[in-house]
Amino acid sequence: MAQIFAYILHKDGVVDDTALELAAAAKKIDAGATPNAIVVGAGDALDGVCNDMAASFGEVWKVANDAFTYPDAEIVRKLLANILPADSIVLFAHEHLGMDLAPGLSVKLDAAFVPDVVDIEGADGSTLKLVRQEFGGAVSAHVTCDASQGAVMTIRPGVFAADESKSAGGQVVDKSAEAGDFAATRKFLEIVEAEAGDVDITKSEVLVSCGRGIEDEENLEIAFDLAKAMGADVSCSRPIVDAKWLPKARQVGTSGQTVKPKVYLACGISGSFQHMGGIKGNPFIVAINKNAKAPIFQVADVGIVTDMLDFLPELTEKIEEL
Amino acid sequence: MEPALLSPAAYKFFHIPTALFALLIPLVGMCAFAYIMKRRIDPLLKAAPDNRFDRILVRLWTVAKIWLAQWRQPRYRMAGVIHIFIFAGFLVLSIRSTTLVIIGFWESFTFPGFNGALGHVYNVFKDYAATWVLIACVVAAIRRGIFRPERYAVPAHYGKDHTGEAVFVLALISTLMISESLFEATLAAAQIQQLQPAEFVAPGTLAWLFRNVLIDEPIAKLQSMHITAYFIHDLTFFFFLCFLPLGKHFHVITSLFNVFFMRLERGNVKPVKHGVSDDQLDDLESFGVKKFEDFTWKHMLDFYSCADCGRCSDNCPANAVKRPLSPRFISIKGRDYAFANYPLGGANVVKDDAYQLIGDIYSEDEIWSCTTCGACEQECPLGIEYIDKIVDLRRGMVDEGNVPQSLQKPLGALEKRGNPWGKMEKKRSEWVKEIAEEVPVKLFEKGATADTLYFVDSISSYDDRMQGIAQATARILSKAGIDFGILGKLEKDSGNEVRRFGEEMLFQDLKAQNTEAILEAGVKRIVTADPHAYNALRKDYENLPPVEHISELIRKEIESGRLPLTAANGDGKVYTYHDPCYLGRHNQLYEDPRRVLDAIPGLTRVEMSRSGDRSFCCGGGGLMLFYEPEEEQRMGVLRVDMAAKAGANMIVTACPFCLVNIEDAIKVAGLEGKMEAIDLCELVVQHLAA
Amino acid sequence: MEILVCVKRVPDTSENEIELNGAGNDIDRDDLVYSVNEWDNYAVEEALQIVDKVGGSVTVISVGDDESEEVLRREMAMGADKGILLSDDAFENVDGRGIATILKAAVEKGNYDLIFTGAQADDGAAQVGGMLAAMLDVPFASLVNTIEVNGDKLKIGREIEGGNQEMYEIGLPCVLSIQTGINEPRYVGIRGIRKVASVEIPTLGAADLGLDAAALGASAARVQRTDYFLPEMGDGAEILEGSTEEIIDKLVELLKAKGGLK
Repeated sequence: MAQIFAYILHKDGVVDDTALELAAAAKKIDAGATPNAIVVGAGDALDGVCNDMAASFGEVWKVANDAFTYPDAEIVRKLLANILPADSIVLFAHEHLGMDLAPGLSVKLDAAFVPDVVDIEGADGSTLKLVRQEFGGAVSAHVTCDASQGAVMTIRPGVFAADESKSAGGQVVDKSAEAGDFAATRKFLEIVEAEAGDVDITKSEVLVSCGRGIEDEENLEIAFDLAKAMGADVSCSRPIVDAKWLPKARQVGTSGQTVKPKVYLACGISGSFQHMGGIKGNPFIVAINKNAKAPIFQVADVGIVTDMLDFLPELTEKIEEL
Repeated sequence: MEPALLSPAAYKFFHIPTALFALLIPLVGMCAFAYIMKRRIDPLLKAAPDNRFDRILVRLWTVAKIWLAQWRQPRYRMAGVIHIFIFAGFLVLSIRSTTLVIIGFWESFTFPGFNGALGHVYNVFKDYAATWVLIACVVAAIRRGIFRPERYAVPAHYGKDHTGEAVFVLALISTLMISESLFEATLAAAQIQQLQPAEFVAPGTLAWLFRNVLIDEPIAKLQSMHITAYFIHDLTFFFFLCFLPLGKHFHVITSLFNVFFMRLERGNVKPVKHGVSDDQLDDLESFGVKKFEDFTWKHMLDFYSCADCGRCSDNCPANAVKRPLSPRFISIKGRDYAFANYPLGGANVVKDDAYQLIGDIYSEDEIWSCTTCGACEQECPLGIEYIDKIVDLRRGMVDEGNVPQSLQKPLGALEKRGNPWGKMEKKRSEWVKEIAEEVPVKLFEKGATADTLYFVDSISSYDDRMQGIAQATARILSKAGIDFGILGKLEKDSGNEVRRFGEEMLFQDLKAQNTEAILEAGVKRIVTADPHAYNALRKDYENLPPVEHISELIRKEIESGRLPLTAANGDGKVYTYHDPCYLGRHNQLYEDPRRVLDAIPGLTRVEMSRSGDRSFCCGGGGLMLFYEPEEEQRMGVLRVDMAAKAGANMIVTACPFCLVNIEDAIKVAGLEGKMEAIDLCELVVQHLAA
Repeated sequence: MEILVCVKRVPDTSENEIELNGAGNDIDRDDLVYSVNEWDNYAVEEALQIVDKVGGSVTVISVGDDESEEVLRREMAMGADKGILLSDDAFENVDGRGIATILKAAVEKGNYDLIFTGAQADDGAAQVGGMLAAMLDVPFASLVNTIEVNGDKLKIGREIEGGNQEMYEIGLPCVLSIQTGINEPRYVGIRGIRKVASVEIPTLGAADLGLDAAALGASAARVQRTDYFLPEMGDGAEILEGSTEEIIDKLVELLKAKGGLK
């Protein structure tokens, strides 16, 4: 089995949850393997990150360079193409950096590419057995990948439990000198932050969240009524923001806000992974949806199969009576 | 015998015969008028064609009823009565006015046929006419200037207030009445002084009043007043004539024509271009109205004819909920555009190819806001049409790809699946399964035959709640022993709104598919519980067997005894019937549903103040359910409030879209438990004797 | 600006119910409705808006079979100037890398300043754009939600979490994968499609593109889908049953216990 590498996401010295999930994924490819970590960045905080990762990976390849103060996928890709050995298996988290970087990397490495992997069944020699989803999550698919000339994979965040074993006892290897030429014709300018909304849902403890089931902008009132009765805030999924019924600041999801509430009411939300990807911690999730087959019922703690437009006002009334 | 006073034809003003002026003023006036009219007609010559010369006898009847008899005026009683007086006065005085102009230079002229007794009778009549016109003008001016009825107000974004123009014209008319009466009164006073036979002046009239006041004035004074009054009248008359085409009083001239050419059918939609048949549509370069000249000449005439009375907007439900639509201003803005771009002095303003009316004169939301309920057209005393214009403007926007995102999805779904929710064709007849044991429903898609087709249409087929209407309808048909079937997956949306939202080709597609399926089924008649489908099948489709609405059928079956009904159980329920726009106004079906309700023994029914052809739209159906309007509240909420005010706690309607909107509105208005809505068929099923 | 937009014909997930077929090895395609991939449609609209501003032309291209022509025509009805179909028996069952290879060959036959793909399609792979850029050796950016043309450079924004955007300057030629919501696509009606019904859409096969059929086919695909399946439903949520009142009572109890009521 070729060497497995995991690209570590980090920001301001804090390692992203996906790092240890990738370690777990590597173990599923090959239980006996010791994956390596790749940490690219700049500044003082970098060493801290590398040391953190050393416990979970065989080697932590550190590449420090001011150019990587902000991880621009175009230059990181060139760097990785320079330092990765042939036929490696490289794992990324399936998020915006991975999506930007990985497909092109697979071409540069002449490796196979499998995106958004949701499960790994193992390896048969150099053939990896993986699971993906298609059609917006409606069906799953078994996928085989010929990794004999290497493979680049992006792993869906949250599908693998983080490997906290810290049993690898690895070392930090400074590969900065081997970085080579990584100049690119794409230049990072800045981050433009989303307009702050009137409410910061990332700090909310209880959220009443609406999806397509709300049907009409005017019906949002029933969600706000319930939230008021509960002392909660109102959030939503992407379609509500796309329709401009609520500001982006209230969107929960991988392209919206990441929330860590204690209680999360998912009303009329189907439960796509992009939405659920915005929910961290382990909140008590109540799903209210008129479609009994909605994926949300898989991840919720408690479910009610009903039309949220009928149910919410009644729930509000009951709570107000208390 | 010397005449008591010199007539204008004989008088000399500083040795200049005033007859000269009496000749010049009309000449100049008529030339100016002719030029103004030519400029006004110019855009109509560039307009799209229109087909308004058919059914001449019906058109003449319409003119007699709506124009001459002012049939629609009394719908607003005060304003209507005032206007009828002024209008009648104008008609009566038209002869006098013509005579007056001519006697200025041809002293002995009398209007043909009016020399003898008729002339004297007429004189009395016209004296009263001038008097009542003046009184009406004064009342009107006080109303306009002091009481200021709401519907005349001009919202700030539409420009300046119009009261000034209104009062100015009333002043002009008053001047005409006064000067005419003075002219007569001075002569009569002089004749009486000189002990000559005087023309009889009807007592109590303005002329009579003036004559009595002036009876002792010196002849010289009477003479100068006589001539002055004449020329004030002459000048004012021709000034007024030329002023008419400059503003809202153009309707004085155009109303006769506008009513003659007004639409004779309701509920139908004009073809994309008159003279271009459906199968030639693909060859057209452009669809719809994008620039002003794309309007038909009748629509341009409509713009000219708007009297700014505000009755349309006062009845427009979109306007009532403060959507950005006010029909009155569609006309006013159109008229102002014509005036500005075909100016009296100067050449036509040429717009470049990229110019679009939408965005400049009309806004997108203004045009998408219309539910096509027809209240505006029902109300307009001048026969101005709005629905066809809105449809044409929408056709133009669709042609340019300018469709709101909220409508693109249902349109795409209609194209692919034949219903706006994109649900699968094979699920169109799912509602049948639930009642299959008690009510077998034949499916033409499976090769069954029957003599009646129940055309269900999309919402009653797919919507969980509205399937109740389809099931109730099926039960009723079965109970009445009618041999019927449904098309099932062969049925596509009737396309009523698809056409009215401007997607003509998609409508043609749906029409072709439905027509083929219906003819294949070989039925002798079609019945439907959906007024939108009813309207489309009757007005927009061709060569179909006769179409009935379920309420017509139920009424017949009740009256023939085939549908015995049980009594209402008097549990405090007070019912009111809400007239759906596409059943009532567009298809004149007001009575049958009411007869059905009244046939239920002991059922208490009240009428809302806005009922019949004044019914208030529930919010619209078809594609309107998907559009996201800017509004202050929902039309349905206003309607539910009207029902509550009428003392009802049960709203009965005969349209699935009305039911959706009203049930939603009951929730939004917080009246759950206090108000309920039910469909006519569901109510009948509740009362079917075993 | 000469812009090439890669489009794909996909089953419409919002208007279809995706279910497994009887044999359990594919989805049931009998009643499926197909249309242009939603992301690709946003990409075409963006291209049209850019060309409206700075001039040039928009070409749409697709790898598919004859039925993919309908999608090309729809985008041409929207305003694209040219359409190209890449079709060949050899292209069946290629993987994402294969698609990118085919597209690369077609790109090299033209002279494009800017190439768009949708950020992802029905298989959620989001891969072709990035691969194509790497093969052409031009810069790439994914999840683009704003584009500003500044001469021979673009200022673009990428959608990242929290509703934030990464802003980049990128040189031409480049490949961008476009995210939904970047604009409001214009409507295309039946009439628009009828108007372009007889416009010619050239079809290029492996030979025209100078591609070795053997190197592309199923055997060359390193990533292969072996089947579709529905995952075993885990325990999932505890579904509350009973009358609405009973359910609400139970729910309120639970909410109180979990700290959901303040």
